[in-house]
Amino acid sequence: MTETFLGMPATAPPGVGHLRGDEPFPVAARRALGDAQLRRNVGHATSTIRAKSAAVIGEVPDWPQLRAAARAIKTDTMARLPELLEQLEAAVGRAGGTVHWAADAVEANRIVTDLVRGAGADRVMKVKSMATQEIGLNEALMDAGIEPVETDLAELIVQLGDDRPSHILVPAIHRNRAEIREIFLRTMPGVDPALTDEPAALAAAARRHLRETFLSTRVAVSGANFAVAETGTLAVVESEGNGRMCLTLPETLITVMGIEKVVPTWRDLEVFLQLLPRASTGERMNPYTSMWTGVTPGDGPQAFHLVLLDNGRSAVLADPVGREALHCIRCSACLNVCPVYERTGGHAYGSVYPGPIGAVLSPQLTGVADNASLPYASSLCGACYDACPVMIDIPSILVHLRGQAPHPRGEAVAMAAAAYTMDHPALYAAAQRGAKLSRLAGPRGRGLPPPLSGWTASRDLPEPPPQTFRQWWADR
Amino acid sequence: MRVALFVTCLADTLFPQAAAATVRLLERLGHEVVFPQDQTCCGQMHVNTGYPDDALRLVRRHVRVFAPYDVVVAPSGSCVGSVRHQHATVARRAGDERLAGRAEEVAARTYELSEFLVDVAGVTDVGAYYPHRVTYHPTCHSLRMLRVGDRPLRLLRAVRGLELVELPQAEQCCGFGGTFAVKNADTSTAMLADKMRHVLATRADVCTAGDASCLMHIGGGLSRLRAGVRTVHLAEILASTEANPAGGAVATPATGGAR
Amino acid sequence: MTARDLILGRLRAALAAPAPPPAEVHRDYRPAGAVAADLDVLVDRLTDYRATVHRCADADVARVVGEVLGGRRVVVPPGLPPHWLPPGVTAVTDDGLDAARIAAVDGVVTAAAVAVAETGTIVLDGGPDQGRRVVTLLPDVHVCVLRADQVVATVPDALARLDPCRPLTWISGPSATSDIELDRVEGVHGPRNLHVVLTAGPGGG
Repeated sequence: MTETFLGMPATAPPGVGHLRGDEPFPVAARRALGDAQLRRNVGHATSTIRAKSAAVIGEVPDWPQLRAAARAIKTDTMARLPELLEQLEAAVGRAGGTVHWAADAVEANRIVTDLVRGAGADRVMKVKSMATQEIGLNEALMDAGIEPVETDLAELIVQLGDDRPSHILVPAIHRNRAEIREIFLRTMPGVDPALTDEPAALAAAARRHLRETFLSTRVAVSGANFAVAETGTLAVVESEGNGRMCLTLPETLITVMGIEKVVPTWRDLEVFLQLLPRASTGERMNPYTSMWTGVTPGDGPQAFHLVLLDNGRSAVLADPVGREALHCIRCSACLNVCPVYERTGGHAYGSVYPGPIGAVLSPQLTGVADNASLPYASSLCGACYDACPVMIDIPSILVHLRGQAPHPRGEAVAMAAAAYTMDHPALYAAAQRGAKLSRLAGPRGRGLPPPLSGWTASRDLPEPPPQTFRQWWADR
Repeated sequence: MRVALFVTCLADTLFPQAAAATVRLLERLGHEVVFPQDQTCCGQMHVNTGYPDDALRLVRRHVRVFAPYDVVVAPSGSCVGSVRHQHATVARRAGDERLAGRAEEVAARTYELSEFLVDVAGVTDVGAYYPHRVTYHPTCHSLRMLRVGDRPLRLLRAVRGLELVELPQAEQCCGFGGTFAVKNADTSTAMLADKMRHVLATRADVCTAGDASCLMHIGGGLSRLRAGVRTVHLAEILASTEANPAGGAVATPATGGAR
Repeated sequence: MTARDLILGRLRAALAAPAPPPAEVHRDYRPAGAVAADLDVLVDRLTDYRATVHRCADADVARVVGEVLGGRRVVVPPGLPPHWLPPGVTAVTDDGLDAARIAAVDGVVTAAAVAVAETGTIVLDGGPDQGRRVVTLLPDVHVCVLRADQVVATVPDALARLDPCRPLTWISGPSATSDIELDRVEGVHGPRNLHVVLTAGPGGG
């Protein structure tokens, strides 16, 4: 074990969970871009959701004020995070719940595994949660001989297809209905062979498939969208009712929550419950939201455990610019408007957090060196900032993180040389005249070496003009 | 009005016709244009590629060069965006609060061309003549960093002879993104392909925008396709008149890889 | 050192230098009480999300329940007003029934705590006339009887009326999913049919 000064902010450890990809973004993106079906599926889904979301946001006269309030609440929350977590812990305890603290993924997985074993269960049902995916909980449970069953339709599609999630909200966004039907026919025991690819028929198949699991599983694991410090109330926002099943039917409920999900007051929910559904699924309100405070005698699980997860969040909090990424409420609006995400899909980002928010969150959770290509996975077009319901300035954080990324040596030398030249107007003017040398690179630059060949593979370079502007100005 | 031209390194080096058109346009409207010779580059490429330390000297130069002027105008949304939203940050990051303050003062007096024309000079009809079918691509930084809104479109609608056609999905990025186009060339190319498809769908002769960089990207792709659509900077269209049509200012016409 | 102390220590260190300035929250949005509830908006929004709305007098609730659930078996919470149930419906009162028993009935009839017009949402708070959460979850038809005075305009209005210590279920239409091509389809794990009976209240028209 390395000697770490205790109490210093720490990044998420490697070797556990799903925050690091196997290859740099451009390499993974290249493969994804070659998959025409994937691009059609993601393009269709994101354009659908953009239109729906725009329509319901247009109905809300005070949308800008809600966004501004959300940003302020989150800024305030981060500034007071330690005391709010202590307040939450006390409130949950008073209501009959038990709070556990997990410094990283390994510790969180161990806590959950021990709790499941302590309940005497060898199977848990899960309601979709980014935090448990982040820490690789399913793998840890399986290693311990416990079967995790994903109950969210998209998560089920991913789990049955032995696939990886590619979107925060809709993990199977990269699959179309025909592919989903094929997965169900192949993997769902007792499925009707005449199953059609109608979404309603596919949903009904999932209903039948999971009903018995819901009724017989004694432990459930969930995430949380919000936790209210003053009351100890947890909230899970969902659509299908699988969340209600998991939060209501088992004897034991274990909720794993990133520490940034706390909000100070009950009243603060009035802001986020208006923003989240409209930005996320493009609905005025999602079909089901469950709120519970500790344990209610006679109603729902009689044992409730809340696991508070750090796993790199303290390191994010330590960066005054980057900490804004902790404001994220996981709506995925930034994914749906991102021109890069729309073309590459989510797998290219490597981490469970894809898209623009993933490009600023994952590198901070792991340390930028472990996800060095992600801050560059953006054209800085700014659509994500405009779409974000809590006004996270993602482009500025991307630029900030690029400043922390390790740079290729050749690039760093060239950049320093360029800055020096541009700080000396005479050298700069000489270099401009030298730009004509690019004619040596062949017609319209097609003979250029890498990395400039990345440009000329699909684009001509402009013909250098006979005069620069400053020459023209001097000759006037 | 006395206007300092912030030419941008890209227009200076590769698209002088756009810069020269800016000069002709401003002079035709009665403004005195000066060109501070010591300007080079605003440093945006360095900042956006992750080299804020290298950018610092360029920010310092830019602020020193333009501090004496009451009005600074650039034919670029992106470079003005950098001046307005990045320069002070770069200075503060380096602990130079004084430079940050001066950078903010310069930024407050710096305008993208369409902003200057509509908001400062108060004109939308600049007396231009440009008898072509034109579509306008709103560049991301002019759209979302500067919020120029419909100012460029108002200017274009007032140009005599010009037939303005709407670009489908206009607000989607063209995929340029500075070094993004090289570091993520495949993704950039995929974005460009969609932008070009939409440009071609308009059946316009000319695609225009307020940034030479994005036009270089779109134009470079169209040139490779031999699509026959030219990319022309907004300044060139606004500078064009019957007596002095677009393309006459610098020895050769449009270079933008657009033929 | 416990994980708790470790994490809190890390967070305090992260916020130590420089300490972030306190953030002031300006609530310039429409607060609770700003907008009057409009029943027609509620009906419109419920219908838009595939709930079926019936408007009637309190005395006619039993008739509507009969139309929806006639000849079928329902579960009801212990505090449900008996006059809401018609003779043709077989009702079993939830006195701690096990889940399998609840799953076996056709429908459930409950009251509600609050409804939000703007979003087409009804909220259950586990009161005696609404019952345990499980009774409104497993049957396939949910008939929810709502009084006009329980309808508020906005989400802030609803939160102001609700008690966070109770288990709350916010319901906006029948169970649905957007997981297939981001297209909303109704009917997954929760009740696939939601009927909202909107009354003027006891003794009202």
